[in-house]
Amino acid sequence: MTAAVPLEHSLILAGILLALGLTGVLVRRNVIFILLSIEVMLNSAGLVFVAAGAHLGEPDGQVMLMLILVMAAAEVAVGLALVLALRRHFGSLNIDDASEMGG
Amino acid sequence: MTVVFYLSAAVAVISTALMITRENAIHALLYMVLSLFSVAVIFFVLGAPFAAALEVIIYAGAIMVLFVFVIMMLAPGAHRTEESLGRPGLSAFVVPGVIALVLVGEITWVVFSGSLGPASGASVAPDQVGAALFGRYLSAVEMASLLLLAGLVGAYHLARRDPAREDEGGERS
Repeated sequence: MTAAVPLEHSLILAGILLALGLTGVLVRRNVIFILLSIEVMLNSAGLVFVAAGAHLGEPDGQVMLMLILVMAAAEVAVGLALVLALRRHFGSLNIDDASEMGG
Repeated sequence: MTVVFYLSAAVAVISTALMITRENAIHALLYMVLSLFSVAVIFFVLGAPFAAALEVIIYAGAIMVLFVFVIMMLAPGAHRTEESLGRPGLSAFVVPGVIALVLVGEITWVVFSGSLGPASGASVAPDQVGAALFGRYLSAVEMASLLLLAGLVGAYHLARRDPAREDEGGERS
C-alpha cells in the first residue's frame, strides 16, 4: 500500500505529542493540567494505532482508538471526581499539597 | 493532502505546547480542543474518517466539556492558577487566531482544490470498523461498557458529599 504520508512521520508526531504530555505531567503542579497532559498522551497512543491501522489497511486500528476513547472517558470521570474531592479536602488544586503520605 | 498532514501536525504540536504552558486552565482547555481538532484532521488524512469523527464528537465534544464543567464547579477564581489576567489586549488574539486560521485554510484548500479524501487514496470505511467491532471485538465492546459503568459508579462515589460525615459534624458543632 503506497501511503502518501510515510508511517514513520505519523509515529514521530505521536512521539512528540507523547513527550509533550509527559513533560506536562512532570512539570505542572495543577491537577487539572496533569489530567489534561494524560489525555494528550492517550491521544498520541490512539494516533499510533490509527496510523498503523491505516498503513495496513485494517479496521483494527480504529477499533483500538475507540477502546482508548472509552478508557479515557472513564479515567477522566474518575479523575475529575478525585479533583473535586481533593479540592474539598485540601482546599487547593496543587498536587504537592496532597503529598502528606510522604511518598 | 500530504501538505495538510504536515500543517495539522505542526498545529497539533504548537497548540499542545501552548496548552501545557498556560496559566489559565480554561485557556489550556481551548488549546487542547484545537490540538484534538488537528489530530482529527490527521486521522482523516490517514484514511480513518470514523476515527476522525469520534475524535471530534467524543474527545473534543464530550470529554473537554466535562473538564469545563469541573473547572466551573470549583470555587470562582480556581481556574486562575497563579496570577489573575487583566483584560486581554489585542496581542492575546494573535497566536490562537493564527493557529485557527491555519486549520480554516486547510479546510478551504481541501474543499476548493477538489482533492477531498485520504492521502493514500484508500480509507478504512466506517462499515468495516463497525463489522470488526461487533464481530471479532464483541467481547472487548462488552468489557468497555462494563468499564464505563465502573467509571460512572466510581465517579459518583468519589464526587458526592458524604452525608453521614456532614451529619456527624453538624451534631458535634
